[in-house]
Amino acid sequence: MSNSSINRLYPYVFMAPALVIMALALLYPLGYMVYGSFRDWDPSQALGESTFVGLKNYYTLWNDPNFRESVAVTLKFALSVVTIEMVIGVGLALLLDRKLRGMSMLRTLFILPMMIAPVVVGLVWRYMYHPTIGIFNKTLKSIGLEPIDWLGQNALTSVIIADIWQWTPFIFILALAALQSLPRSALEAARIDGATGWQQIVHIKLPLMMPVLIVTCLLRLIDAFKVLEVILVMTEGGPGLSTEILALRISRTATEFRELGVAAAMSNYLLIMLLVLTVCMLAYNRWMEYRAARAMRVAAEIG
Amino acid sequence: MPKIKLENLSKSYGDFEVLHSIDLEMQDAEFTVLVGPSGCGKSTTLRMIAGLESVSAGEIYIDDKPVSKLEPKERDLAMVFQDYALYPHMNVAKNMSFALRLEKRPKKEINTKVNEVAEILGLTEFLHRKPAELSGGQRQRVAMGRALTRDSSTFLFDEPLSNLDAKLRTQMRAELAMMRQRVHKNMIYVTHDQIEAMTLADRIVVMHGGKIQQEGTPEQLFKHPANKFVASFLGTPPMNLLQASVQGTSDITSLIGSGFSLRCDDNTKQRLGRASSKEVLLGIRPCDLVFDPSAPEASSIDINVVVSEYVGAQSVLIGDCSGQKVMVELKSDTPIGLGEKLRFAVDLDDLHFFDVDTDQAIV
Repeated sequence: MSNSSINRLYPYVFMAPALVIMALALLYPLGYMVYGSFRDWDPSQALGESTFVGLKNYYTLWNDPNFRESVAVTLKFALSVVTIEMVIGVGLALLLDRKLRGMSMLRTLFILPMMIAPVVVGLVWRYMYHPTIGIFNKTLKSIGLEPIDWLGQNALTSVIIADIWQWTPFIFILALAALQSLPRSALEAARIDGATGWQQIVHIKLPLMMPVLIVTCLLRLIDAFKVLEVILVMTEGGPGLSTEILALRISRTATEFRELGVAAAMSNYLLIMLLVLTVCMLAYNRWMEYRAARAMRVAAEIG
Repeated sequence: MPKIKLENLSKSYGDFEVLHSIDLEMQDAEFTVLVGPSGCGKSTTLRMIAGLESVSAGEIYIDDKPVSKLEPKERDLAMVFQDYALYPHMNVAKNMSFALRLEKRPKKEINTKVNEVAEILGLTEFLHRKPAELSGGQRQRVAMGRALTRDSSTFLFDEPLSNLDAKLRTQMRAELAMMRQRVHKNMIYVTHDQIEAMTLADRIVVMHGGKIQQEGTPEQLFKHPANKFVASFLGTPPMNLLQASVQGTSDITSLIGSGFSLRCDDNTKQRLGRASSKEVLLGIRPCDLVFDPSAPEASSIDINVVVSEYVGAQSVLIGDCSGQKVMVELKSDTPIGLGEKLRFAVDLDDLHFFDVDTDQAIV
């Protein structure tokens, strides 16, 4: 073997251990899941003992109204929490982007909800939503209003509120960071050009923050599709199927209904949805990079 | 065009006062340059006029109307920033028309105005480019165009050329000077570069330590600096400042320093009589030292030349006059040798004197 071809092989030799670990840790479970989704598989069986059923699991799921309901709930949940969180998070950031005494303290307070374990969040909110002893209904009663059936008739809304409480800080922090890295002089120029506070937000701040906001939004969306613990603790998916989001349905299909093959197929559906989102995000990043590179090239050409 | 007046204008950050009660009046259609070293308060003054900084004390008047509490947009100003401050997400045309679009002017009027200004600045072919796709000089021009499209009465420039390389700076300086002839508006220009100040200004305001040191035409300031700071700040190479003492009998007065002894005429004697002590600071511009080996000792200075900096037609000699550094500007083809003691003739009328206690010029 010539020297140069050995030299060319070197990097791959060094990368090999990482590749092997990646394959074992990432691809093996994934492959296992995909393989399992084509089989009628009970947890008491080894995967090899199960029978091959082809696309039956996928097909059944596609026609299962309960699964469709679950997808609808997931979409409703994810889209509404992300929309509301974006509006509140970015709004708060725009309001608090100024030099205030104790601002760093305030910021720490804001991100506290994010740091609490999801199970604890679920428990706390379940107690707050309690029909008789919960703080919400007690307060409503004390000011003479009718109590609300939080986790009953309004379960999805209640779950959405809890998620907004926990995750708005994430968007707030990122939006604030984006705001504070905006070019100060462009904002001053806008003031001189006669822009009001609102016009500065619409014409300068938001467009300049957009790249960060889009990535933040997609990250939150991916996360919201997979949320499990908070809802599990608060409602267990009920009442009926009203809060049974996909992650919850997958876990119940696997443990309660003992249908591992179907659960695997469901996971794959969720994975496909998330993949589409991720590809969107990557494509967006790629597009931004391309635009930046083109701008640099043009600038270099004109010297 | 309005008259702009600053009255007892001060600015403090906490207990720290950066601008000490400034008074200044700028006339109609005048090009005023605020110049001074970093931290002298010139940018702060400009930003206060623009309304980007609050006023701690005093008042700014535009046409006798107090404006210090008004928002920037209510002051009818346009400003060019040091880093251009273009809107990165808008193309050149959008950048230039932003103010007009906010005012909801008719589209046709906006287009006409943008095209007209782009024509003047040579930006027509770049109207659809984003700022990132432009070179430094072009961005600078867009920033200027953005100010020009608005029919503001006053233009503010905050060190607009300092981000450009030397060659481009000279070119843009010339373009600015040409634009100045076409556009008859009030212009207030901040720079730390005294050459920009000298070449562009109708009136220069030299600032230092949050105070105005002197204001006047470039010529006034160059020929009659009011104090030691102005004398050494304006002019390249800077003015030489030498320690000297006035000595003499009833009929002969001499100005004696280490390495020279100059005989004073009546006029100079009178001027020196106004000094607070016998010690004065003698100022002499490098271009006023004339190489003349045959000059009499009583009207010349002997300098030991150490370094010669060749800059083309002219050379700058750095020499030593009994321990004090002296710079001389002379034609490059003058036959001199390094390390030699050379004699330079001095005309008494070219000398400046400064009081050692107050640093003020003795006139």
